[in-house]
Amino acid sequence: MHSRDGRAAATATITVHCRFFARYADALGRDEMALEMPDGATVADAVGRLRDTLPKADLLPERPLAAVNREHAAPDTPLADGDEMALLPPLAGG
Amino acid sequence: MDYLTRDPIDVGRLLGVVTDDGRGGTVVFLGSVRRGAEDGPVAAIDYDAYEEMAGSEFDRIIAEARERWPGAGFAAQHRLGEVPRGEPSIAVVAAAGHRAEAFEACRWVIDEAKHRLPIWKKERFDDGSERWREE
Repeated sequence: MHSRDGRAAATATITVHCRFFARYADALGRDEMALEMPDGATVADAVGRLRDTLPKADLLPERPLAAVNREHAAPDTPLADGDEMALLPPLAGG
Repeated sequence: MDYLTRDPIDVGRLLGVVTDDGRGGTVVFLGSVRRGAEDGPVAAIDYDAYEEMAGSEFDRIIAEARERWPGAGFAAQHRLGEVPRGEPSIAVVAAAGHRAEAFEACRWVIDEAKHRLPIWKKERFDDGSERWREE
């Protein structure tokens, strides 16, 4: 559990490419950013981090609609290094 | 065919995609920009999309429709950018052996599109103001 390899894995970080759309992009004043997270982080973890660190991110709901690598994703979806995570305001196509 | 377009939707072209002499019933659904009432007259709607995902999600919807209604033909397009009042922003065409299947399949595709496509609309009013519209 505390082997050299285990410690290395526990401290590994991943970089997630975040994208924001429509009202969220307007509120945050940006439409993308890179976010470093611990390995094993989920969509919900990444949203929590954004809400804690970004100015005005309290405008994001706790559980926004999200997509990972261009497919709808639940909050417990695990993230991997290089993933694209998009936060989607309520959909209004048509 | 592209599921997303910045040009006016060409329904004739969509019909051309599904025409087949084994398909006796064809249903066309067009969703158009309404004048609106509650907040004043809507001059246009500006449609914004997560384009890379919207195209692939529309593709998944049509693929699922083809599994549900084997033999049916489908074509669909969503317009992006500014769509003036009265013009269509989305079109879904379903052609099947008989009208009941065609109506059912067309209804299913437009409902899925409304629920799943990452597309947003900003209403522009006649007085120049604008706001995101969420349904």
